[in-house]
Amino acid sequence: MTDLALRRTSADRDRLLRLLQEYGVYAGVAVLIVANIAFTPHFLSAENFRTQAVQVAPVLIVALGMALAIGSEGVDLSVGSVMALSTSLVSLYLGYGVWIALITAVIGGIVVGVANGSLIAFIGVQPIVATLALMVAGRGVALVLLPQLKDIHDPGMASLGSGDMLGIPYLVLIAAALALVVAFTVRRTTFGRQLLAIGDSRPAAQLAGLPVRRVLILVYVCSGVLAAVAGVLASARLQASDPTSLGTLMELSAITAVVVGGTPLSGGRIRIGGTVAGAVLIQLLTATLIKHDLPPSWTQIAQAVVIVLAVYAARERGKR
Amino acid sequence: MTAVQTIGTGRPTEGAGPDGPTRGERISALAQQHGALVTLVVAVIAASLSFDTFLTTDNLGNMAVSSAFLAVVALGMTFVIITGGIDLSVGSLFALGGVLGAWGSRYGTVVALLLPLAVCGLIGLVNGLLIARARLAPFIVTLASLLAARGILLAITHEGATTYLVDDTSFFARLGQNKLLGVGVPVWITVALFVLGAVVLRRTRFGQYVYAVGGNEDAAALMGAPVARTKTTVYALSGVCAGLAGALNAAWLVSGVTILGSGMELEAISAVVIGGTLLTGGFGFISGSLVGVLLLKVIQNVINQIGSLDSAYQQVVSGAFLAAVVIAQTWLGRRRRML
Repeated sequence: MTDLALRRTSADRDRLLRLLQEYGVYAGVAVLIVANIAFTPHFLSAENFRTQAVQVAPVLIVALGMALAIGSEGVDLSVGSVMALSTSLVSLYLGYGVWIALITAVIGGIVVGVANGSLIAFIGVQPIVATLALMVAGRGVALVLLPQLKDIHDPGMASLGSGDMLGIPYLVLIAAALALVVAFTVRRTTFGRQLLAIGDSRPAAQLAGLPVRRVLILVYVCSGVLAAVAGVLASARLQASDPTSLGTLMELSAITAVVVGGTPLSGGRIRIGGTVAGAVLIQLLTATLIKHDLPPSWTQIAQAVVIVLAVYAARERGKR
Repeated sequence: MTAVQTIGTGRPTEGAGPDGPTRGERISALAQQHGALVTLVVAVIAASLSFDTFLTTDNLGNMAVSSAFLAVVALGMTFVIITGGIDLSVGSLFALGGVLGAWGSRYGTVVALLLPLAVCGLIGLVNGLLIARARLAPFIVTLASLLAARGILLAITHEGATTYLVDDTSFFARLGQNKLLGVGVPVWITVALFVLGAVVLRRTRFGQYVYAVGGNEDAAALMGAPVARTKTTVYALSGVCAGLAGALNAAWLVSGVTILGSGMELEAISAVVIGGTLLTGGFGFISGSLVGVLLLKVIQNVINQIGSLDSAYQQVVSGAFLAAVVIAQTWLGRRRRML
């Protein structure tokens, strides 16, 4: 084989890998949908679509914030605890009205985000450790505020959790709107560009005079706020506040959605479309396995395999 | 505490300039190495002055045994973190090891111990191969095996519905419950493992490779260190430790409890970090991790003793404590670099 031909095959392989990484998640979703249409009875019903979409909404909202953190070459392990914190705050302040409860929950998310961001930006603690500390402390605070499960009896929260507009559940509308906002922020705003530059190379961004600290704090505030919103929506759907179990392992699902969606862990690139597809992929995978009477344990193993495959496919690129 | 101090005392030459360490460097290094130990001593003195119930044989014995399992997990984690990696799967492997140990105990103690070691070690080995050979991020690989190990655990316990019990007259159960010279057998095993771990890390070529890989992977490779093999080994080791800790815990509780171990990876990482090992790799010590575990357990115990505080405060305090330690560590590290 000539040198040129060799180079061409390797270029072809690179392109194939890149295509797989960019669009593999969409292909995965398509394959799952087709397989389900063929093999799962009642898959093509409005009821089923509604269920799947409502279930994926909170995960997706958390994953959007996680995508921002990962894009800045960080990670936010505290998201599950922020959900727990926000569900506790909702229960405590619901007496003053839905809006006050919602605002308090969001403030809770902002506080955790500022704490995470300050540890990372000012003190130079690694994101995984900083958010680990807030993950442990955050759920503790949530449990101090509300020690056990409490039912929510509020018409406003009930309609938020199960109401719809033109047949589309509020939860899904909110998740879709937030995905659009985050996608716009990443692509079209100064903040988004600065965030990606910092994720690409923090020293370079620093030398270029970008406001690194401010952007990093803002990234974790965004992640905290999105997790808090997800916590409110999950509470509204469950009609209960459950700080003990709400949001446990959520950080794993969110990271999976982001990584499977093609956002490299090394930062500098964020794929919001991929993140949405990644969240849908995991949801469909779980639902498919359960529908076909495979026990929940299998879904965890399957999710693990999907994570490893996605990261393996992505490994050729990025900075490592 | 003398036993702890004699097991290796960090690397004194770390950060030394051409003229040897300056006074400021020495103080920073001392604070980083022994800060946790000083805090532990202060905490123990404060606790024994505040609570009559603290320095009782029962309380100390319980604390020692319950620390032992976390300590064994933290031992494996220390190796991983010194290479600059992280192992999030240990909590799941701990639980899986416990269930396998309890299930295997019906076929004798050898099976009860070897089965968890083999299975958890194998999962650790797969972690290591994916990280070292396929060059995937440690954090994401072990995240996946966290899920997978819990999945396997649920599958063999019929979705968590079956709890395997250990016959409490068996040798395996006695291994967990008996005392030797007034101290629980798991504590002795843990101490022996820490001595062994410290010797391996300090006195063997493998230990040197572990530091070298964590310090600078490319330089280690140029030096001729088997980078991939070293990394693979530390993850396998971490899996074995987690499995063994789980099996011992099952012997102690005489059952393989399926709900254990969630959040344990965080506790273990906290203990290692509090003990002075740097998450950036290349620097750390086994004895520090033991001190870190004891410190976490003393704090938990104190919070339990303050009857009016419920366990939620434990998490708040642990989290705040971890943050404080990491801030101090980062600050000390930066100060040493600047001097």
